[in-house]
Amino acid sequence: MEFAELIKTPRVDGVVLHRPFMPTVEGTLCLTGHHLILSSRQDNTEELWLLHSNIDSIEKRFLGSLGTIIVKCKDLRMIQLDIPGMEECLNIGSSIEALSTLDSVSLMYPYFYRPMFEVIEDGWNSFLPEDAFKDLEAMTDEWRLSEVNRDFRVCTTYPPLVAVPRNVDDDTLRKAAGFRHGGRFPVLSYYHKKNGMVMMRSGQPLTGTNGRRCKEDERLINATLRPGKRGYVIDTRTISVAQQAKARGGGFETEANYPQWRRIHKAIERSNVLQDSLVKLVEACNDQSHSMDRWLSKLEASNWQTHVKEILTTACLAAQCIDREGASVLVHGTEGTDSTLQVTSLAQIILDPACRTIQGFQGLVEREWLQAGHPFAQRCSMSAYSNSKPRHEAPGFLLFLDCVWQVLRQFPCSFQFTEQLLVLLFEHAYASQFGTFLGNSAAERVRLSLPEKTVSLWSWVNRPQEIDHLSNPLYEPNSLVIWPSVAPQSLLLWEGVFLRWNRSPRCQEEAHEEMVHIIEYNKELQNKVNSLRRQLAQLETQEPPLQTP
Amino acid sequence: MEHIRLPKAENVRLLNRLSPRRSCVGTLYLTATHSIYVESETQVRSETWVLHSLICRLEKQVNTSTGSPLLIHCKNFQVLHFVFPQEQDCVHIQASLQRLSQPEQYEELYCFSYKPNVDEAERKEEWSFLNLKAEYRRLGIPNSLWKSSPVNQSYKVSDTYPAELYVPESATQHVIVGSSKFRSRGRFPTLSYYCKDNQAAICRSSQPLSGFSARCLEDEQLLEAIRRSNPRSDFMYVVDTRPKLNAIANRAAGKGYENEDHYSNIKFQFISIENIHVMRSSQQKMLDVCELRTPSMANFLEGLEGSGWLKHIKAVLDAGVFVAKAISEEGASVLVHCSDGWDRTAQVCSVACVLLEPYYRSLKGLMVLIEREWVSFGHKFSHRCNHLDGDSKEVSPVMDQFLECVWQLTEQFPCAFEFNERFLIAVHHHMYACQYGNFVGNNQRERQQLGLRDKTHSLWKHLWDTRGDYINPLYRTDNCQSQGVLRPSTAPYCFKFWSGLYNRFDRGMHPRQSVEDYLMAVREETVQLEEQLASHKEQIEKLENKPEWTGEAEEGPSLSWGLAPGGFVPQAGTPQDYSGGFIASSSPCQQRSPVDGLAFTPPQNQTSEADLSVGSEQESGIADVSFNSQLSEEGPGEPDPDDAAYSAA
Repeated sequence: MEFAELIKTPRVDGVVLHRPFMPTVEGTLCLTGHHLILSSRQDNTEELWLLHSNIDSIEKRFLGSLGTIIVKCKDLRMIQLDIPGMEECLNIGSSIEALSTLDSVSLMYPYFYRPMFEVIEDGWNSFLPEDAFKDLEAMTDEWRLSEVNRDFRVCTTYPPLVAVPRNVDDDTLRKAAGFRHGGRFPVLSYYHKKNGMVMMRSGQPLTGTNGRRCKEDERLINATLRPGKRGYVIDTRTISVAQQAKARGGGFETEANYPQWRRIHKAIERSNVLQDSLVKLVEACNDQSHSMDRWLSKLEASNWQTHVKEILTTACLAAQCIDREGASVLVHGTEGTDSTLQVTSLAQIILDPACRTIQGFQGLVEREWLQAGHPFAQRCSMSAYSNSKPRHEAPGFLLFLDCVWQVLRQFPCSFQFTEQLLVLLFEHAYASQFGTFLGNSAAERVRLSLPEKTVSLWSWVNRPQEIDHLSNPLYEPNSLVIWPSVAPQSLLLWEGVFLRWNRSPRCQEEAHEEMVHIIEYNKELQNKVNSLRRQLAQLETQEPPLQTP
Repeated sequence: MEHIRLPKAENVRLLNRLSPRRSCVGTLYLTATHSIYVESETQVRSETWVLHSLICRLEKQVNTSTGSPLLIHCKNFQVLHFVFPQEQDCVHIQASLQRLSQPEQYEELYCFSYKPNVDEAERKEEWSFLNLKAEYRRLGIPNSLWKSSPVNQSYKVSDTYPAELYVPESATQHVIVGSSKFRSRGRFPTLSYYCKDNQAAICRSSQPLSGFSARCLEDEQLLEAIRRSNPRSDFMYVVDTRPKLNAIANRAAGKGYENEDHYSNIKFQFISIENIHVMRSSQQKMLDVCELRTPSMANFLEGLEGSGWLKHIKAVLDAGVFVAKAISEEGASVLVHCSDGWDRTAQVCSVACVLLEPYYRSLKGLMVLIEREWVSFGHKFSHRCNHLDGDSKEVSPVMDQFLECVWQLTEQFPCAFEFNERFLIAVHHHMYACQYGNFVGNNQRERQQLGLRDKTHSLWKHLWDTRGDYINPLYRTDNCQSQGVLRPSTAPYCFKFWSGLYNRFDRGMHPRQSVEDYLMAVREETVQLEEQLASHKEQIEKLENKPEWTGEAEEGPSLSWGLAPGGFVPQAGTPQDYSGGFIASSSPCQQRSPVDGLAFTPPQNQTSEADLSVGSEQESGIADVSFNSQLSEEGPGEPDPDDAAYSAA
């Protein structure tokens, strides 16, 4: 195997491992093709199994012949390995660096991973577009599933099946695709059952500097409007950014050509700005100084919370247009693969109770992120500790999860899942034994044969024991639209991710256990009372009164 | 009544800061104790009550085309923005409120006219609910090391100290009196807290009058006696809670701090907590940030940092942690002082107690702690809370900071405290409201002279009677957080902004569903289920043992009131202004305006906590059944009355 060449020293004894809030462990360090393993060899509980792909960067230090490697993980954890022997330490270090930055997808762990659990339902088939469309068909006949992108030729980043207005034919779609960035013609993202309004998403229109127009594109989106009604275009960029895009062939929907649409510009930042923000935020959280001023000014300077507020506000605005104004909405930014998806997916969390269930949320991630062509492989290849210059990395998905957490915190009883599911998705988006987040689009996933060669994350998540673990004991289905507050006072730092390794989880875990206990005990009593009541009723019928009162 | 220049103003608009479209029109009535705003044009009578003693600042703004605006800033952080159509009305109301909210004499305070329906015997009983003597006994005091000292029985040695004080067994009257003459305001070192487990003690005092070189043999002897009262430690800490520079500056005025060379076996330590003036302006800066209309995240975080508020909270908690560690880990006694020993000293001693002993994390324990460290030791409540028209330089949120420290701890240790956030907010509220006599006056001597125990009601008994509202459902006495010493992290990121207090009246900002209320409802239901279970068992036994059943058994109470989702429909509320004004519509009255539910009901028939709890309930967005029915008409399925406005926009 090729990995062997990269592993200069496969095994070192007497290595000491330091992890946050866990006792130090001394044991043997082993490197395999995909894992860094440390075992005390006393009992299995003291083992560390770390995926190389989870390693963001490493730092080496020497003190005499004792070497220390600080391993910084993509899930933001930092662990320290004290390795006796300078040569061993150097070898281990360079091996980890090589193994954690493998270029070829086919060498990734998901291709080698064999599940140790029984797959009840194959996650690759859990959320098929045709199934989602059946639900839509039950509500309306105004939409159809088009196969125009069957072979990924019309749009390389769209799935083979997309929902479009019934009375718009595939030819029109093809022409509209030519007028949209990346061929991402407007498609259905969400249908609001309550009033039949819809949310669509697309890439930016390619108007360019000379104001090109495309009748088919206009017809396509106008087909989604009710007679006499107007719609909203939510452009996630500021007006000046959108103006500048014209010079590069992009642009926005002008009033003249789209008279039935009102355009609103918001200011969601682009990839590289977000990545920079993440790096700064994580650095602030790891700052060892005890100065409050320093912490608050670094937190502010990172702008992370500003991004959270802006994204959530835009999603609320989209939801408001649909639910309150009774208008249809088209959302796009530039490519339509990042800020657009943040907005459309969050708006659904707000509007659609189904998205707040465990299954529904997975479906949302599958539909609005994976199928919709968010380039996970590019965006999540590096996290906050990486030393290399970012190319396409951006924490857009993490920001989405953060926003969901904010809503969850404000409506703690309206979600079927807990924060744990969000943390789990964050971890797996960056490093995983499952193939779900590999590749950049549906087309790539087909080319990489992921469904055939890897296990889906959903296969793992949707087993009873895992569902149980992720379930929110407070959940009471809530059929209403939930409007979160976006005031700065209402948006908190997501401790579960950003301060996760800075403090002991003990107290919060205890609180959660107590919560579960209170609810479980109540259910137990309810069952007992019900069964006694039945018993009582039975006794009463078996033994009719002997005397009449 | 002679202060009311205008008893009633009509067509007054009450503006809603966060969503202007939810503003309303009504009539403002002035009474001797409250201002009452009654909304007109609503089917349901909606009233906002403002207690005059809670008003801290009246701000008359420049007239606009719609009228004369008057902002009423309250000490509980409520801000009411009225607009009067007649300028004359506004001027009169302002002048009246100015006077009504700043009584010149204690006798004008609300507690002297507050007469709930309680007979005299019961009222007297209220005041014996907390007994500090019993509290010292609980701590194991007096014992062979510490004795009660009669020295201040008639407040002669220190007129700001309580009559009942505890000192080392070996401290003679001569030593105590000698020491008291060497301390500001005669506040000599005396026992605050005693740790039964290791005999270490927290003592408190004011600064020594050491100037540049003065010393006092008796004071040195008293400290030595304190150290000896802890036989297991060969040294003690003296903690000066002021910044070093401030302490040094005091030396020029003949005051200062202990010289380590003069006192045997002391370790002297400065812990920088800023003075009352810094704290006052810091809180004001923070409140200015809270009141920004639509702040950006950067505005907010910059403002929060600029106010320095969390930095000060951290300083107080850090100091408490230092003292708690000295006691629990080093087994050393600690003397804590600042300048006068009634502000920072009270903060640090009481925070340390909360950290050290689980009892102080219980409902009654926190009451006792506040009664001992704050009320009895002479925290100047009347000055700090500005109960009477007085020196504005004496006002400072010192006690606010203590309550916030406790709140910060409850965030870190969610199962360690018997009480909830609402309890802390209720205490905060009553500190300023003067409805009860507990926090009136500046020290025990003053309170005795005012005859508060004879003329007013006590808060503690009242809070205890309504404790159902204040219980933390996650509290368990047997988990590891509620036992032993709390060791909080004081890393900066552990401190949060307390929007529950400072933005208390901006209901839209708070989580719309409360985990706590939900769990309390579950627990209540559980109690009922337990009763049903018992009664069913009994009936079954009866049936099985007694065949000649007579048909008396009835169905158990049905659980229809229980946790059906209908009883727990979270109010989704309305969208806020997400568009930055782009979309001008969105419904104006989805929720009732955030002020009304928090009003005070007439004092005669209801207590204010009931209102407090109603307020919190609405803040959390969890509607109870009755409230729900009121809201159903505005449910999200309803068309927006303002749609027309939108299409025109």
